[in-house]
Amino acid sequence: MLQEKLKVTLLTGRTIEQGVGKEAGKGTKGYFESTTICYMDLGDMKKLGIKNNTHVQVTTPNGSVVLRAVKYPRGAMPGLIYIPYGPWANAIVSNETTSIGMPSFKGTPAEIEPAPDKPVLTLKELLKSEFGK
Amino acid sequence: MINVPIVNAVTCPVCGCLCDDIELTVADGKVAQVKNGCSMCESKFLNYVSEHRTRTPLIRKEGKLVPVSYEEAIHRSAEILVKSNYPILYGWSSTDCEAQREGVELAEEVGGVLDNTAVVCHGPSILSVQEVGIPSCTLGQIRHRADLIIYWGCNPWSAHPRHLERYTTFTEGRFESSEWKSYLNKVKASAGRKKLLSLERKGVLKQRYEPEVPTVSDNKPPATLSKEGRKLIVVDVRQSMTAEMADYFIQVEPGKDYELMQAIRALVKDQELDVDEVAGIPVEYLQELVDAMINCEFGVIFFGMGLTQSAGKFRNIDVAISLVRDLNMRTKFAIMPMRGHFNVTGANTVFTWQSGYPYAVDFSLGYPRYNPGETSVVDILLRKESDAALVIASDPASNFPRKAVEHLVQNPLIVIDPHMNVTALLGDVVFPSSIVGIEKAGTAYRMDHVPLPLKKVVEPPDGLLSDEEILRGILKEVRLIKSQNMEIA
Repeated sequence: MLQEKLKVTLLTGRTIEQGVGKEAGKGTKGYFESTTICYMDLGDMKKLGIKNNTHVQVTTPNGSVVLRAVKYPRGAMPGLIYIPYGPWANAIVSNETTSIGMPSFKGTPAEIEPAPDKPVLTLKELLKSEFGK
Repeated sequence: MINVPIVNAVTCPVCGCLCDDIELTVADGKVAQVKNGCSMCESKFLNYVSEHRTRTPLIRKEGKLVPVSYEEAIHRSAEILVKSNYPILYGWSSTDCEAQREGVELAEEVGGVLDNTAVVCHGPSILSVQEVGIPSCTLGQIRHRADLIIYWGCNPWSAHPRHLERYTTFTEGRFESSEWKSYLNKVKASAGRKKLLSLERKGVLKQRYEPEVPTVSDNKPPATLSKEGRKLIVVDVRQSMTAEMADYFIQVEPGKDYELMQAIRALVKDQELDVDEVAGIPVEYLQELVDAMINCEFGVIFFGMGLTQSAGKFRNIDVAISLVRDLNMRTKFAIMPMRGHFNVTGANTVFTWQSGYPYAVDFSLGYPRYNPGETSVVDILLRKESDAALVIASDPASNFPRKAVEHLVQNPLIVIDPHMNVTALLGDVVFPSSIVGIEKAGTAYRMDHVPLPLKKVVEPPDGLLSDEEILRGILKEVRLIKSQNMEIA
């Protein structure tokens, strides 16, 4: 049976495409395309009834962002989603530093739901909506 | 034949590996070709003159960034810093030690908080090292002698692409040989299997197997775990590319690294566990893992953000280092953090020799204080205490949680960076600078604390100053404004 929403654990981290994108420039298409994706487990995608490249809305207590869902290419990771480091991931990660200075970039509880009609914000739109600059 | 200058032995200013065997072809004053580098290295050397680079300093006037002279931008920055009560001076990890040294002096002069990107990277590792010490070595030792390599919570294939090739499993050491050929055979076998499956799906071949549905690893140790020669073990919550290369991949349940390592510590000490499995791994398999660890000649654990950024944070590192200490009672073992930025180790080193502390140094009382959680930049921003910021050679607007960035951009923000990164887009004073390691020579520290020279390969664009020169200019201007204020008073 299809589910409307799924409770997952959010991990953020490095991918090689994001690394190449950041060296080429943060305004480049490569950087945008490599940081606005959300890697998901195939089983979880089936539960939500979504396919590769469907837009999804990822929500945590710290915010909400629309990204492109992509099947994780290796093995299974049920209940986990992986978003490459970047302004989009940081719009939703936990800012809890547990008093040692390090925010919780990995392990934030999140909810994910299909949002095929919502657009992924560009970098300028995202900054405008978040910081008004 | 056209004589094209080739520059040898260039140090790559991208990640903590600091590969120093890059070969660059320079034509018309630009880098035309990169040899030996990884894809990030190529991207940096070939894109450094992109349109995302500013040529003149910018100041925000009526909401828009407008071009100004260096003198005006330096004066404006000095005014901001002198006027503020509690400025943040953050970044430092993608520049050379010479600029970092200027930065410490500036932070002391303006009574600010000096912090580097380690705070959102290996800050927890530093806290642990201060608590329990660190048995480590240089990467050269590992290259020549290590026969058991463990990557825990890190994915060098993505973050440090040449780490395996230069320093660990796929390098030809003096006493240990490369495992590259056996990996290639594995890849060939896997490619063949995929081809058969694809032909079966298309109906060309009769279907013999059910199509493979990806599953979570059963964590069963392979027979190759007891093979001769170098062994590679990867521990991660997901099957990364590095995990695919490994002899043994352990898929740990998220957030359970701490208990897994404690269980391994118990087994190393010949204690019995009362449970059947720990963090998703059956204890009998763990026993085989521990046997492999104890029976190696020289093992090393590399760890990354999988440990420092997930639940437990510095406690994960405490127990990893303690595990290495225990293993040293049975064999030889070392541990090393996989440092990200090319000179984040240098930032920690320079800050320490100048102020006594590696990061999160608060000069507001006139002498250095260090208390991560209080004097670390993310916490200061979340508590909304700072009233100005200077960001250099980093991009916190891309890498800090949103709430922290909100306070950062509400106050005057000075940004020094070769590129128009996300923080620069939000800045009030933006300085373009020459790129360290391409247009300016300097010094950087590799992840194993070996200092290496960075080369100047091409001339920077006309009139562009280096990070070091800009900081020295701001420092001079700050002292001038302060002396004028004293005279008036």
